[in-house]
Amino acid sequence: MQWIWIDRFTEFRRGEFARAVKELSLTDELFADHFPGYPVMPAALMLEGLAQTGGMLVGEANDYREKVVLAKIAKVKFHGEALAGDELTYEATVLYVREEGAAVGGKVFANGRELGEAELTFAHIDSARMPQELGDRNFVFTGRLKPLMESIAKLQAAH
Amino acid sequence: MLTQDEIFQKVSTTLVEALNVDETEVKPGATLQGDLGAESIDFLDIVFRLEREFGIKIPRGELFPESIFQGDPELVQNGKVTAKGLDELRAKMPFADLTTFETNPELSRMGDLFTVELITRYVQGKLTPDP
Repeated sequence: MQWIWIDRFTEFRRGEFARAVKELSLTDELFADHFPGYPVMPAALMLEGLAQTGGMLVGEANDYREKVVLAKIAKVKFHGEALAGDELTYEATVLYVREEGAAVGGKVFANGRELGEAELTFAHIDSARMPQELGDRNFVFTGRLKPLMESIAKLQAAH
Repeated sequence: MLTQDEIFQKVSTTLVEALNVDETEVKPGATLQGDLGAESIDFLDIVFRLEREFGIKIPRGELFPESIFQGDPELVQNGKVTAKGLDELRAKMPFADLTTFETNPELSRMGDLFTVELITRYVQGKLTPDP
Protein backbone atom coordinates (compact mmCIF):
# COMPACT_ATOMS: atom_id res chain seq x y z
CA MET A 1 0.00 0.00 0.00
CA GLN A 2 1.23 3.51 -0.81
CA TRP A 3 1.55 5.66 2.29
CA ILE A 4 0.54 8.88 0.60
CA TRP A 5 -2.82 10.21 1.62
CA ILE A 6 -3.07 13.23 -0.64
CA ASP A 7 -3.97 13.15 -4.35
CA ARG A 8 -2.85 16.65 -5.23
CA PHE A 9 -2.37 20.18 -3.96
CA THR A 10 -4.89 22.77 -5.11
CA GLU A 11 -3.45 25.83 -3.39
CA PHE A 12 0.01 26.55 -2.07
CA ARG A 13 1.39 29.74 -0.58
CA ARG A 14 4.98 29.28 0.45
CA GLY A 15 5.51 29.27 4.21
CA GLU A 16 1.88 30.21 4.82
CA PHE A 17 -0.90 27.98 3.62
CA ALA A 18 -1.62 24.81 1.67
CA ARG A 19 -4.76 23.06 0.52
CA ALA A 20 -4.76 19.49 -0.75
CA VAL A 21 -7.45 17.05 -1.77
CA LYS A 22 -7.97 13.32 -1.53
CA GLU A 23 -10.79 11.61 -3.36
CA LEU A 24 -12.10 8.66 -1.43
CA SER A 25 -13.08 5.79 -3.69
CA LEU A 26 -14.85 2.58 -2.86
CA THR A 27 -12.03 0.82 -4.69
CA ASP A 28 -9.48 2.10 -2.12
CA GLU A 29 -8.02 -0.95 -0.45
CA LEU A 30 -8.71 0.18 3.08
CA PHE A 31 -12.48 0.24 2.64
CA ALA A 32 -12.52 -3.54 2.12
CA ASP A 33 -11.90 -3.89 5.84
CA HIS A 34 -12.92 -0.52 7.26
CA PHE A 35 -15.72 -1.53 7.24
CA PRO A 36 -17.51 -4.03 5.01
CA GLY A 37 -20.84 -2.38 4.22
CA TYR A 38 -19.80 0.92 5.87
CA PRO A 39 -16.79 2.43 4.07
CA VAL A 40 -15.70 5.11 6.53
CA MET A 41 -12.31 6.85 6.44
CA PRO A 42 -10.40 6.29 9.70
CA ALA A 43 -9.77 9.55 11.55
CA ALA A 44 -6.14 8.50 12.11
CA LEU A 45 -5.61 8.44 8.33
CA MET A 46 -7.20 11.86 7.94
CA LEU A 47 -4.67 13.07 10.49
CA GLU A 48 -1.96 11.49 8.37
CA GLY A 49 -3.29 13.33 5.30
CA LEU A 50 -3.30 16.56 7.24
CA ALA A 51 0.22 15.89 8.51
CA GLN A 52 1.39 15.26 4.94
CA THR A 53 -0.23 18.50 3.74
CA GLY A 54 1.33 20.45 6.62
CA GLY A 55 4.62 18.56 6.45
CA MET A 56 5.09 19.45 2.78
CA LEU A 57 4.13 23.04 3.48
CA VAL A 58 6.83 23.43 6.14
CA GLY A 59 9.30 21.25 4.21
CA GLU A 60 9.00 23.42 1.11
CA ALA A 61 9.55 26.55 3.21
CA ASN A 62 13.13 25.31 3.65
CA ASP A 63 13.45 23.95 0.11
CA TYR A 64 13.03 20.38 1.43
CA ARG A 65 16.40 20.53 3.18
CA GLU A 66 15.08 19.52 6.59
CA LYS A 67 13.88 16.11 7.62
CA VAL A 68 10.40 17.08 8.71
CA VAL A 69 8.84 14.55 11.04
CA LEU A 70 5.47 14.70 12.77
CA ALA A 71 6.32 14.84 16.46
CA LYS A 72 3.28 16.00 18.37
CA ILE A 73 -0.43 16.55 18.02
CA ALA A 74 -1.33 18.92 20.82
CA LYS A 75 -5.00 19.17 19.92
CA VAL A 76 -7.30 17.23 17.68
CA LYS A 77 -11.05 17.08 17.29
CA PHE A 78 -13.26 15.26 14.81
CA HIS A 79 -16.95 15.96 14.72
CA GLY A 80 -17.99 14.14 11.59
CA GLU A 81 -17.00 11.32 9.28
CA ALA A 82 -16.13 10.84 5.64
CA LEU A 83 -17.30 7.95 3.49
CA ALA A 84 -16.13 6.47 0.19
CA GLY A 85 -17.32 8.79 -2.57
CA ASP A 86 -16.52 11.93 -0.57
CA GLU A 87 -13.84 14.44 -1.47
CA LEU A 88 -11.56 15.25 1.44
CA THR A 89 -9.89 18.63 1.61
CA TYR A 90 -6.97 19.33 3.91
CA GLU A 91 -6.04 22.85 4.86
CA ALA A 92 -2.83 23.68 6.71
CA THR A 93 -1.83 27.10 7.99
CA VAL A 94 1.69 27.70 9.27
CA LEU A 95 1.84 28.73 12.92
CA TYR A 96 5.62 28.98 12.90
CA VAL A 97 8.71 27.65 11.18
CA ARG A 98 11.84 27.74 13.32
CA GLU A 99 15.25 26.14 13.04
CA GLU A 100 14.26 23.34 15.40
CA GLY A 101 10.86 22.60 13.95
CA ALA A 102 7.51 23.92 12.89
CA ALA A 103 3.81 23.80 13.63
CA VAL A 104 0.64 24.09 11.61
CA GLY A 105 -3.03 24.47 12.36
CA GLY A 106 -5.06 22.14 10.17
CA LYS A 107 -8.63 21.51 9.12
CA VAL A 108 -10.27 18.62 7.31
CA PHE A 109 -13.39 18.97 5.17
CA ALA A 110 -15.57 16.41 3.39
CA ASN A 111 -17.31 17.90 0.33
CA GLY A 112 -16.79 21.34 1.86
CA ARG A 113 -18.22 20.42 5.26
CA GLU A 114 -15.77 20.78 8.16
CA LEU A 115 -15.02 17.44 9.80
CA GLY A 116 -12.22 18.17 12.17
CA GLU A 117 -9.27 20.26 13.22
CA ALA A 118 -5.85 19.69 14.71
CA GLU A 119 -2.65 21.41 15.74
CA LEU A 120 0.44 19.55 14.54
CA THR A 121 4.05 20.05 15.61
CA PHE A 122 6.91 18.87 13.39
CA ALA A 123 10.52 18.34 14.39
CA HIS A 124 13.44 19.06 12.07
CA ILE A 125 15.67 16.10 12.67
CA ASP A 126 18.89 17.58 11.40
CA SER A 127 21.82 15.34 10.73
CA ALA A 128 23.92 17.37 13.16
CA ARG A 129 22.01 15.91 16.04
CA MET A 130 21.77 12.24 15.10
CA PRO A 131 24.07 11.60 12.15
CA GLN A 132 24.94 8.06 13.10
CA GLU A 133 21.33 6.98 13.31
CA LEU A 134 19.82 8.78 10.35
CA GLY A 135 22.54 9.38 7.81
CA ASP A 136 22.76 12.35 5.49
CA ARG A 137 20.06 11.27 3.09
CA ASN A 138 16.74 13.03 3.48
CA PHE A 139 14.44 10.05 3.96
CA VAL A 140 11.37 12.27 4.23
CA PHE A 141 11.33 14.09 0.91
CA THR A 142 12.21 11.22 -1.39
CA GLY A 143 11.11 10.16 -4.86
CA ARG A 144 7.84 8.90 -3.42
CA LEU A 145 6.73 12.47 -2.90
CA LYS A 146 8.04 13.72 -6.23
CA PRO A 147 4.61 13.96 -7.92
CA LEU A 148 3.35 16.07 -5.04
CA MET A 149 6.45 18.25 -5.01
CA GLU A 150 5.93 18.80 -8.72
CA SER A 151 2.28 19.70 -8.21
CA ILE A 152 3.40 22.30 -5.66
CA ALA A 153 6.01 23.69 -8.05
CA LYS A 154 3.35 23.97 -10.80
CA LEU A 155 0.96 25.86 -8.53
CA GLN A 156 3.74 28.25 -7.58
CA ALA A 157 4.78 28.80 -11.17
CA ALA A 158 1.16 29.56 -12.10
CA HIS A 159 0.79 32.02 -9.28
CA MET B 1 3.65 45.68 33.04
CA LEU B 2 2.57 42.27 34.24
CA THR B 3 3.07 41.34 37.87
CA GLN B 4 4.96 38.17 38.74
CA ASP B 5 1.68 36.53 39.65
CA GLU B 6 0.12 37.44 36.30
CA ILE B 7 3.15 36.05 34.49
CA PHE B 8 2.89 32.83 36.49
CA GLN B 9 -0.81 32.52 35.60
CA LYS B 10 -0.08 32.91 31.90
CA VAL B 11 2.84 30.48 32.07
CA SER B 12 0.53 28.06 33.83
CA THR B 13 -2.11 28.36 31.07
CA THR B 14 0.59 27.81 28.47
CA LEU B 15 1.82 24.65 30.16
CA VAL B 16 -1.70 23.29 30.63
CA GLU B 17 -2.22 23.67 26.87
CA ALA B 18 1.16 22.36 25.79
CA LEU B 19 1.45 19.43 28.17
CA ASN B 20 -2.21 18.58 28.64
CA VAL B 21 -1.85 18.64 32.42
CA ASP B 22 -4.26 19.79 35.09
CA GLU B 23 -3.85 23.35 36.30
CA THR B 24 -3.49 22.13 39.89
CA GLU B 25 -0.32 20.24 38.90
CA VAL B 26 1.38 23.39 37.65
CA LYS B 27 3.06 24.55 40.85
CA PRO B 28 6.10 26.85 40.86
CA GLY B 29 8.46 24.07 41.93
CA ALA B 30 7.09 21.42 39.52
CA THR B 31 9.75 20.10 37.12
CA LEU B 32 8.75 20.05 33.47
CA GLN B 33 10.04 16.57 32.74
CA GLY B 34 9.71 14.80 36.07
CA ASP B 35 6.45 16.24 37.38
CA LEU B 36 4.67 17.42 34.24
CA GLY B 37 5.82 14.70 31.83
CA ALA B 38 7.35 16.99 29.19
CA GLU B 39 9.34 15.34 26.40
CA SER B 40 11.86 16.93 24.06
CA ILE B 41 9.33 18.00 21.41
CA ASP B 42 7.23 19.67 24.09
CA PHE B 43 10.01 22.19 24.68
CA LEU B 44 9.62 23.47 21.13
CA ASP B 45 5.86 23.67 21.62
CA ILE B 46 6.27 25.51 24.94
CA VAL B 47 8.65 28.04 23.35
CA PHE B 48 6.15 28.77 20.57
CA ARG B 49 3.24 29.17 22.99
CA LEU B 50 5.24 31.46 25.30
CA GLU B 51 6.19 33.64 22.33
CA ARG B 52 2.54 33.88 21.32
CA GLU B 53 1.21 34.39 24.84
CA PHE B 54 3.70 37.09 25.84
CA GLY B 55 4.62 38.58 22.47
CA ILE B 56 8.32 37.87 23.04
CA LYS B 57 11.06 36.31 20.88
CA ILE B 58 12.86 33.30 22.27
CA PRO B 59 15.97 32.46 20.24
CA ARG B 60 16.91 28.81 19.81
CA GLY B 61 18.67 27.41 22.87
CA GLU B 62 18.13 30.44 25.08
CA LEU B 63 15.43 29.07 27.38
CA PHE B 64 16.19 25.39 26.83
CA PRO B 65 19.88 25.09 25.90
CA GLU B 66 20.55 21.94 23.88
CA SER B 67 24.14 21.22 24.86
CA ILE B 68 25.92 23.49 27.26
CA PHE B 69 28.84 21.24 28.11
CA GLN B 70 29.44 19.42 24.81
CA GLY B 71 31.30 16.65 26.62
CA ASP B 72 34.02 19.08 27.72
CA PRO B 73 35.97 17.37 30.58
CA GLU B 74 36.67 20.75 32.17
CA LEU B 75 32.98 21.31 32.59
CA VAL B 76 31.84 17.80 33.50
CA GLN B 77 33.85 15.17 35.34
CA ASN B 78 32.64 11.74 36.44
CA GLY B 79 29.08 12.67 35.70
CA LYS B 80 29.27 15.83 37.84
CA VAL B 81 29.30 19.43 36.72
CA THR B 82 32.57 21.10 37.78
CA ALA B 83 32.91 24.58 39.31
CA LYS B 84 33.79 25.88 35.87
CA GLY B 85 30.76 24.07 34.47
CA LEU B 86 28.55 25.77 37.06
CA ASP B 87 29.96 29.14 36.00
CA GLU B 88 29.12 28.25 32.43
CA LEU B 89 25.57 27.36 33.52
CA ARG B 90 25.21 30.68 35.33
CA ALA B 91 26.36 32.53 32.24
CA LYS B 92 24.08 30.64 29.83
CA MET B 93 21.09 30.45 32.13
CA PRO B 94 21.13 33.48 34.43
CA PHE B 95 17.45 32.85 35.12
CA ALA B 96 18.10 29.41 36.67
CA ASP B 97 18.20 28.96 40.44
CA LEU B 98 21.22 26.74 41.06
CA THR B 99 21.07 26.76 44.88
CA THR B 100 19.87 23.16 45.26
CA PHE B 101 21.67 21.83 42.19
CA GLU B 102 25.05 23.11 43.42
CA THR B 103 24.89 20.90 46.51
CA ASN B 104 24.99 17.79 44.29
CA PRO B 105 25.66 18.86 40.69
CA GLU B 106 25.12 15.51 38.99
CA LEU B 107 24.61 15.92 35.27
CA SER B 108 21.64 13.56 35.40
CA ARG B 109 19.88 16.01 37.73
CA MET B 110 20.13 18.90 35.28
CA GLY B 111 16.59 18.28 34.06
CA ASP B 112 15.31 19.22 37.52
CA LEU B 113 16.49 22.79 36.95
CA PHE B 114 13.70 23.27 34.44
CA THR B 115 10.77 24.14 36.63
CA VAL B 116 7.65 26.25 36.20
CA GLU B 117 9.38 28.88 38.32
CA LEU B 118 12.37 28.95 35.96
CA ILE B 119 10.10 29.70 33.01
CA THR B 120 8.31 32.42 34.97
CA ARG B 121 11.64 34.03 35.86
CA TYR B 122 12.87 33.76 32.28
CA VAL B 123 9.73 35.44 30.92
CA GLN B 124 9.94 38.12 33.58
CA GLY B 125 13.51 38.86 32.46
CA LYS B 126 12.39 39.09 28.84
CA LEU B 127 9.59 41.50 29.71
CA THR B 128 11.80 43.75 31.82
CA PRO B 129 13.47 46.40 29.69
CA ASP B 130 17.26 46.42 29.83
CA PRO B 131 18.61 49.15 32.13
